[in-house]
Amino acid sequence: MDVLYFAWVRERIGLPKERVETKAETVAALVDELRAREERYEVAFADLSALRVAVDQELADFDAPLAGVREIAFFPPMTGG
Amino acid sequence: MGAIVTFTGVVRDIASGNLDVMEIEHYPGMTEAALTKIAAQAQERWALGDVLVIHRFGRLSPGDQIMMVATSAPHRLDAFEAAQYLMDYLKSRAPFWKKEITKDGAIWVDAKDEDEDALKRW
Repeated sequence: MDVLYFAWVRERIGLPKERVETKAETVAALVDELRAREERYEVAFADLSALRVAVDQELADFDAPLAGVREIAFFPPMTGG
Repeated sequence: MGAIVTFTGVVRDIASGNLDVMEIEHYPGMTEAALTKIAAQAQERWALGDVLVIHRFGRLSPGDQIMMVATSAPHRLDAFEAAQYLMDYLKSRAPFWKKEITKDGAIWVDAKDEDEDALKRW
């Protein structure tokens, strides 16, 4: 699936988008896999309460299932308007 | 139609008065879906004619228009309330992120508790 990062999450990880092959069943399990990769991921995902997630471009919870999902995005709380 | 309400948001200078650029990032694809959904929810909830939502992204300067909403309705209360609803949802449910760039550096704007609280009234 495609994993996208926005705002300071993108800056901390150092890229806007990557292709990830995973068997993780939930968003939270995917986050654990990413955190275990490298320190920059650990830093970006250190405080999940400061993050939001969208699954196939819809806001979702961290316990959302990943079966059939094409795109996941991680970002800080939105500041539009 | 008996009423048209428009609201335009403008890039405010920060307290120290030295904002050079307000950079707005967004999530192409989800942005359009989120704005369409927010507008449809307003249409369902109030007796409206048309709804317009515009939000800019990229590099803006203090004083620049950043977004606008417009609602039309047979009665003014519907138009006013729907416009406020659209604004409240744009603030914290549409995928935009603001970064303030000054001579001292760049800071991502933190989401405000009161913006989240504002959604509770709906």
